[in-house]
Amino acid sequence: MTQSANRSGTVERTGTAVLPWGANGFFGMMPIIVGIGFAVLLHFVLPKSIGPYYSRIVTDVGIAIILAVSLNIVNGLTGQFSIGHAGFMTLGGYVAAFVTYYVSSILWESTTRHGGFLGSGEWLFLFSCIIGGIVTAIAGYVVGLPSLRLRGDYLAIVTLGFGEIIRVILQQTGKVIDPEAVKSATWSQIIPPPVGGAVGFDGVPKYTNLFWVYTIMAITLVVAYRLKSSSVGRAMISVREDEIAAQAMGVNISREKVRSFVIAAFFAGVGGGLYAHEPGVIISPNDAGFQRSFDYVIMTVLGGRGSISGVVIAAAILTALPEFLRDFAEYRLIVYALLLIIMMLVRPQGLLGIHEIWNLRRKPKSPPIAEEVK
Amino acid sequence: MTHFRFQGPRRIIAVMVAAAMSLAMTGCQESGSTASDEILIGHFASLTGSEATFGQSTDNGIKLAVDEINEAGGIHGKKVRLVTLDDKGDAREAGTAVTRLVTKDGVVAVLGEVASKLSLAGAPICQENGVPMISPSSTNPKVTKVGDMIFRVCFIDPFQGAVCARFARESDRIKATKAAILTDQASPYSVGLQEEFEKAFTAMGGTIVSKQTYNAGDQDFSAQLTAIRGADPEVVFVPGYYTDVGNIAIQARTLGLTKPLLGGDGWDSVKLGEIAGANINGCFYSNHYSHEDPNPKVQDFIRKYAERHKQTPDGLAALGYDAARILFEAMQRTPNVDGKSLAAELSKTSGFEGVTGKISIDAERNAVKSAVILEMKDGNPTYVSTIQPGE
Repeated sequence: MTQSANRSGTVERTGTAVLPWGANGFFGMMPIIVGIGFAVLLHFVLPKSIGPYYSRIVTDVGIAIILAVSLNIVNGLTGQFSIGHAGFMTLGGYVAAFVTYYVSSILWESTTRHGGFLGSGEWLFLFSCIIGGIVTAIAGYVVGLPSLRLRGDYLAIVTLGFGEIIRVILQQTGKVIDPEAVKSATWSQIIPPPVGGAVGFDGVPKYTNLFWVYTIMAITLVVAYRLKSSSVGRAMISVREDEIAAQAMGVNISREKVRSFVIAAFFAGVGGGLYAHEPGVIISPNDAGFQRSFDYVIMTVLGGRGSISGVVIAAAILTALPEFLRDFAEYRLIVYALLLIIMMLVRPQGLLGIHEIWNLRRKPKSPPIAEEVK
Repeated sequence: MTHFRFQGPRRIIAVMVAAAMSLAMTGCQESGSTASDEILIGHFASLTGSEATFGQSTDNGIKLAVDEINEAGGIHGKKVRLVTLDDKGDAREAGTAVTRLVTKDGVVAVLGEVASKLSLAGAPICQENGVPMISPSSTNPKVTKVGDMIFRVCFIDPFQGAVCARFARESDRIKATKAAILTDQASPYSVGLQEEFEKAFTAMGGTIVSKQTYNAGDQDFSAQLTAIRGADPEVVFVPGYYTDVGNIAIQARTLGLTKPLLGGDGWDSVKLGEIAGANINGCFYSNHYSHEDPNPKVQDFIRKYAERHKQTPDGLAALGYDAARILFEAMQRTPNVDGKSLAAELSKTSGFEGVTGKISIDAERNAVKSAVILEMKDGNPTYVSTIQPGE
């Protein structure tokens, strides 16, 4: 209990408990409603004001935030070192793309965009992203199991292996069936799953837009934040800080570890669904490789262990930075790497350490008890 | 105590404001304004990453063509300016780079990419925005199927696969009935070429005795090569990229596999000879052009390229040069340089005398042209034969 955030969280809950149930629920949903409003605003204002290129970067930032914040639940909150997050993302992306592509083919006999803003196509897209998330969560459970016995480097290798397995399995998949031919597909075309093999899943309908990315981002942030300040999150933090002490306090360590993997994998899968449906992206097995996993690990490390706002800022900076270093032409990745090194040297604990951005002005080391007495 | 109630939402808003602000800070640059005395063309290429020489060679070829056209007075009195963006061989970056070129920089046409996967990522954006795109060297048939704005100046995989198969089957140098295949299973280029080779080779009465796979970047190929050696093929088809092919050649010779290796245009890099040394001697690959071709057009290009970039151009440089020149020619034919009329002019290209052969654009916006077979001798590719389309 080192953070003051929890205390105010408790206060909030006792405060609202007096209100009738409906109002309580309404205020509970408040952040998500605000987030959706924000997403609608972005969706309708941004492309017109800053153009498609910058809107695209903003979209990429949103997806990166979803993935980095979800990885932070495992790496930052629970302290398990996972470097297979891109594996989860790609698995979710493929499942979601599979559902959208083939359901569109069967329902509408084409894979072009169906319906406008919030039209039937977009609801199918949301549905398939959630399916992707659920399948990935199951995979997260499977990967979480070995983490009961492993820690540190060994667990990292297991998660790395998971990403590689996903990558190699996806390379062995079959050719994508044309939308017109889906209904007459034979078994030999369906097994192995027709998702394109090494070429990548081409022809996925492109539904991802700012609205969906930022709506899902808002949900991810709210869940991550509520989780962090809940008893479950506290248990996860205790696992991170000292497993033996946590166990002595009655925390079921293995349950917390697996739980963190499942939650993180779910959001990674949904984020992967958004990625697979983004215009100008072809999801391919290589996306599951450790290179992309490391991008997200860097975001969480740079943001600070367990600091949601820190990770959000780091994800935004690291996604946008390579684009704004284009003036350096072929040297931009060297400059990018150099900036990373400098940032890590200057802030080894991450941008915000374990704090959230709104806690920074308080004295970081003040004992929580003192304030409570006051 | 009620004022605490909004703290949850307020925090979420704070996060979002923080995110929005960090974006806004970087996002408030003004979009580039185009001077009216310039024609902007874009090029997206892998200037960094594992296939960096592809992007760099192509870019050098395009730069040469741009310099030439500007020295000759430009197009309709306007200078041509090239904007090259790096995509580090990543599909998402390629999509972003093309979005920037067509919507922010406002280019009239886009050149690129070498790798088919990256062309496929960029092509829908060009198509949607009505900007013609010419891929200099993406050989996957799907690329130009994206739409009527997408062209290419190279041959496609089915042709290249057939060329390799015919050479393996009929050339006096090999006359193989048994072939083994070693494919990079992660590369669409490699898998596509392998399928076409297999189809053509078996259709001509040959048999595939062994099919092995590797992943780009692998260091140890001994398991696959031992299996291939056991199957005793007369030729080993390796449709990969030069870095892996170099390593494969070294390990094949170490294992005593002396049969020639055969490959496609992915081999085409000066680095191949540097990596493999003498081990690659006696191996063949199909390519877009040979720098030994006595055709004055070719020799002229090689001289000019060597003057500007201090090296011998590879096939990708020649294709970049041809792609840019075909684009400029189409621009010169049409009085108004906009996407639609430019695409219409491009599709009329016929019998263009390029460095990489006589190029005609067919109804599918693919180039109809010849291929050459090269043999590696002392680390350098030397000309063996030319194979015409439809032969």
